[in-house]
Amino acid sequence: MLELIEEFNVLAAFWMTIKLALLSGFFALVIGTFVAILRLSPVAILSWAGAAYVTLIRNTPLTLIILFTSLGLWGQLGFEPASRDSPTFIVDLNFRLAVLGLSVYHAAFVCEAIRSGVNTIPLGQAEASRSIGLTFAQGLRHVILPQAFRGAITPLGNVMIALTKNTTVAVAIGVAEAAAALRNMIEFRPDVIFLNFFVIALGFVILTLPLGLLTSYASEKLVVKR
Amino acid sequence: MSAQQVLFDVPGPKARVRHRLIAVLGLLAILAVLAFILFRMDEKGQLAADKWTSLFEASAWTNYFLPGIWDLVRAAVVAIILSMVLGLLLAMGRMSDLLPLRWATTVFVEFFRAVPVLIMMIFTFFYLANQEWSNDSWNPFIGVVVGLTLYNSSVLCEVIRSGVGSLPSGQREAGLSIGLNPSQVRRSILVPQALTSMLPTIVSQIIVIVKDSALGYIILYPELLTQARNLSSSRGNVLQAYLFAALIFILINYALSKLAEALENRQRRKAAGAGKKAKQDQQDGEEGVGGSTDESVQHNTQTSQATGS
Repeated sequence: MLELIEEFNVLAAFWMTIKLALLSGFFALVIGTFVAILRLSPVAILSWAGAAYVTLIRNTPLTLIILFTSLGLWGQLGFEPASRDSPTFIVDLNFRLAVLGLSVYHAAFVCEAIRSGVNTIPLGQAEASRSIGLTFAQGLRHVILPQAFRGAITPLGNVMIALTKNTTVAVAIGVAEAAAALRNMIEFRPDVIFLNFFVIALGFVILTLPLGLLTSYASEKLVVKR
Repeated sequence: MSAQQVLFDVPGPKARVRHRLIAVLGLLAILAVLAFILFRMDEKGQLAADKWTSLFEASAWTNYFLPGIWDLVRAAVVAIILSMVLGLLLAMGRMSDLLPLRWATTVFVEFFRAVPVLIMMIFTFFYLANQEWSNDSWNPFIGVVVGLTLYNSSVLCEVIRSGVGSLPSGQREAGLSIGLNPSQVRRSILVPQALTSMLPTIVSQIIVIVKDSALGYIILYPELLTQARNLSSSRGNVLQAYLFAALIFILINYALSKLAEALENRQRRKAAGAGKKAKQDQQDGEEGVGGSTDESVQHNTQTSQATGS
């Protein structure tokens, strides 16, 4: 098993998975929070735009979105988030396009997670913030969102776990992550196909299990006691 | 009560002006983004009429889209049925009184929930490809179905279990007191009720299955996405074919999510009719800033549709 891991550079593949997950997780959180604010805002057209984003993105398969970033955005529209002079041009390009696709897709779920966090806040909090004269933006920033994030830890953690597993889809545009490693391993060592599967599957269990435990620990620790 | 009424006051004259200003600016921003995309598409010659009209030729439908949708539906339906059956069996196993059975099913469920669907698809596909007895033309289909079934049966198992957990304890006690044994109580009283109350969640799980069957693209299963690629390579309209495939996916999934919502509303109405008082108390307790209880009900049932898996 160790020899297999060394031969096919499984650790490097999982490092790629982790990088994809962390970067996309960060961007998804930023975009998702922005969309959630749009959805909660008093201006009808903004909340409509946020809702449209969530409905469209959430109902599209991730595979399609990631392929589209490469074949459509890059191939057809010439969107090129990497420099051609760099020796690692293709690798960088595919990695960044995958991060873009993963972030855009999971932002829709982050938005819904935050909205469910907003739902855990009692009415009195919002009323109190209004009655002391805070504007919508101030109330959101000082009262609603801090509590919403703390209430949304469980769904946010679940999004992060799903995101970690979904990074495998990046294999569709040639990112050398865990699914690509599995394909290589099966191609060159078909004799130990079950072990190949087990190694990669175990890697994902090792990545997602602590995330799940961390999520339930953090949600208990950070929940707003009422 | 909607979120809008709680998070901000009813706007006065000044606020109305401000809101109108922001609305205009927001609209301008949205239009600017759309204009930029259209401009870019025009620059690259993507707005040429024939690139779009070729999507609506009869041959594009008979050779690509309709077979793609059919293969998508075929894989999704088989996977849904198998996941339901296996999920039910797993749920029975996890709730059983036999300790070894409980352990085995727990390990199974936790393992296949942690492993990405694509990994299982790739494994099944290549495993079959290496077997002499397998029929090569069926390998992609079986790969997709096995991958989807292993993951979704584990998720549905947990859905059913949480449904059983949320039933009032009187149901179980009543069953025991009329002389049924625990396993009979589960089979004939608890699980049927859990299945009905989990129906909306199960329908939203179908959305996940439909979306995940697009992963079949990677193992060469000729579903909608693969067919969009085939179409685009023969007509040279990559952008248009993929956008159109996305539109079909969105329509299918949107219809399914509306169905899930309708089922949920119907159940809430039925529950309200049966135990108005109890339900009312529960709702009072649940009301948050977001207001609407349907949201919180939806998010209590943690499915992968809510997390993007």
